[in-house]
Amino acid sequence: MKSKTLTSLAVLTAFGLGLAGSASAETLRLLTWGGYAPDEVVAMFEKETGHKVEVTLSNNEEMIAKLRATGGRGFDLAQPSQDRIAGPQAEFGIYKPMDLSKIDSSQFIASMLEATKANTTVDGEVYGVPHVWGTSGLVVNTAMAGSVMDYTDLCNADVAGKVTYRLKRPTLIGFAFSMGLDPFAAYGDEAAYQAIIDQVQAKLIDCKANVKTYWGGGDELMNLMRSGETVASMAWDTGGWKLNADNADITFVAPASGALGWIDTFVLPAKGKADQAAYDWINFVMQPEIAGMITDVAGNFTASKGADEHVSADLKARYQASFPPADVDNIKWYPPVPAGLEALEGAALDRVKAAN
Amino acid sequence: MRAGNKLALILLLTPLLLWIGLLIIIPHIDMFLVSIRERVGVGKYQISLANYWTFLGEPLYLVTFARTAIMSVLATVLTLIIGFPVAFFIAKIAKGRLQSSLFLLCLVPFWVSELVRTFGWMILLRETGLISNLLQWLGLVDGPVELLYNDVAMIVGLVYTSMLFMVVPLVTTLESLDDSIIEAGYDLGGSTVSITREIIIPHAMPGIVSGSIVVFMLSLGNYLTPTMLGGKDSLWFTELIYSQFIVRFNWELGAAFGFMLLILSSAIIWLLLKLTGQTLEKTMT
Repeated sequence: MKSKTLTSLAVLTAFGLGLAGSASAETLRLLTWGGYAPDEVVAMFEKETGHKVEVTLSNNEEMIAKLRATGGRGFDLAQPSQDRIAGPQAEFGIYKPMDLSKIDSSQFIASMLEATKANTTVDGEVYGVPHVWGTSGLVVNTAMAGSVMDYTDLCNADVAGKVTYRLKRPTLIGFAFSMGLDPFAAYGDEAAYQAIIDQVQAKLIDCKANVKTYWGGGDELMNLMRSGETVASMAWDTGGWKLNADNADITFVAPASGALGWIDTFVLPAKGKADQAAYDWINFVMQPEIAGMITDVAGNFTASKGADEHVSADLKARYQASFPPADVDNIKWYPPVPAGLEALEGAALDRVKAAN
Repeated sequence: MRAGNKLALILLLTPLLLWIGLLIIIPHIDMFLVSIRERVGVGKYQISLANYWTFLGEPLYLVTFARTAIMSVLATVLTLIIGFPVAFFIAKIAKGRLQSSLFLLCLVPFWVSELVRTFGWMILLRETGLISNLLQWLGLVDGPVELLYNDVAMIVGLVYTSMLFMVVPLVTTLESLDDSIIEAGYDLGGSTVSITREIIIPHAMPGIVSGSIVVFMLSLGNYLTPTMLGGKDSLWFTELIYSQFIVRFNWELGAAFGFMLLILSSAIIWLLLKLTGQTLEKTMT
């Protein structure tokens, strides 16, 4: 009789514990970029915390469009770039403020954390913390297009018909810097910005004859560069390093006027339902060993302090070859995009595409 | 009994009404409301026709609009010219197993997604692709030739993507044409040309029109093929709509574009029906 009571008590306790366990375990719906949530890391996280992770891959524009369509519903954690947070938040209200006390800030590189916090503050509330950073610049086949040192060199006669870049805002910004203009300084002044965009538009229309095609996705770019159909392009650093692994001639070159630096962040969508899991995920992936694993998969470095030690030697060597210290200081970090500027840029890009 | 019939009718109609209401009418009303909104400040909107004026005031949008319509019409005509003999062969000349296997061959490319089919064309046409290499191997050209990223490649892609939708309605209408009528035409001294013109084409008209409508709509609304095969000059109207919605966050202008596309396609189909003297009911049966 006594043993029976004990057993049922044990069962009840186990049941109760099970319930308690399932109450704190949540499903984390993560909206992120390819490579930022490798299966291995997800499995380790699920094992350690009991949360479940559902990963959806996307890009900046689609992330914002998705969250805008649902008013910030459907995901618990998203990873847009830091310059794309303040504008959309002011315009559409799709994020919710971060509770910084729930994040272990000692795991972050302090300067990067502070810069991201400053750039993602709206009405005194902080909306984002940094995760992965990288740059965009030039990916060049140095054996065939050694003359390409800056964005405007893509318009040189010796690479005519062998150039590819995206028709998106980084191209406008990169060309502007390369032409000696400073678009970031004009962010606050729509008329001045329009003047810069007009000049870049004229340059891009001139340059159009040089372009083989405007690439749309990473795979398309890889194919074009790998097959030798194009010899110079505007692209991300990781794209260049990946190609470098296959063909030693192709690599990422930081442009003379400065590579463009981006930081992808963590933000909480306005109607997210698993905030605790989201904070757990942030603290988990910012551990140096885990951050090193993500760098190995994504190719880009993270804002995690001390993670460099856990990154493969290959990747480090490629990074150092592309970025001598002076070039690191020359990186132009994207400031927050004021709401409404995209419409100006969009009209210019459409005109470039339509020009003959 | 009558009450039972009524119930059955309601039950049968419900899915259709739900479909039309929830997936077509309500989203269109919503999109119309978005299209007549104008952004006046951060998070502030007012009702106005500004987006439609933007569309009409910017030559670029009008040119793209016209270009998309003309190219779609061209793709439709080419599909018809290529599809008609194929359909005639399948319906009238091929018999038995040959007939069904030919029909199947038309269907096979549609077992894979449109994306894969388009990639297939990219592999064939690119500078380091199959056709370029073949031409070099045959000694017909000296260096690699780029066949991708131009309007011709785009039209080829569009025709290929929509061929099935022309062939199927044509085969169906041509099969219903009695062979003895064609024989009678020959007996009465008609030539192949006059028989095609006087007997076969008039009989196939409903099939031609319904096939053309479907192909035209598919081409006009295609996003993938023009973007991937067209290259740097391939501005397509759906691409503009996509970039307004997704890249520029400008839903208002995107919605206005969407409505203009709806009006354009309806107008062209109305014109097509008027020109051929067909009615929508006749072509859909």
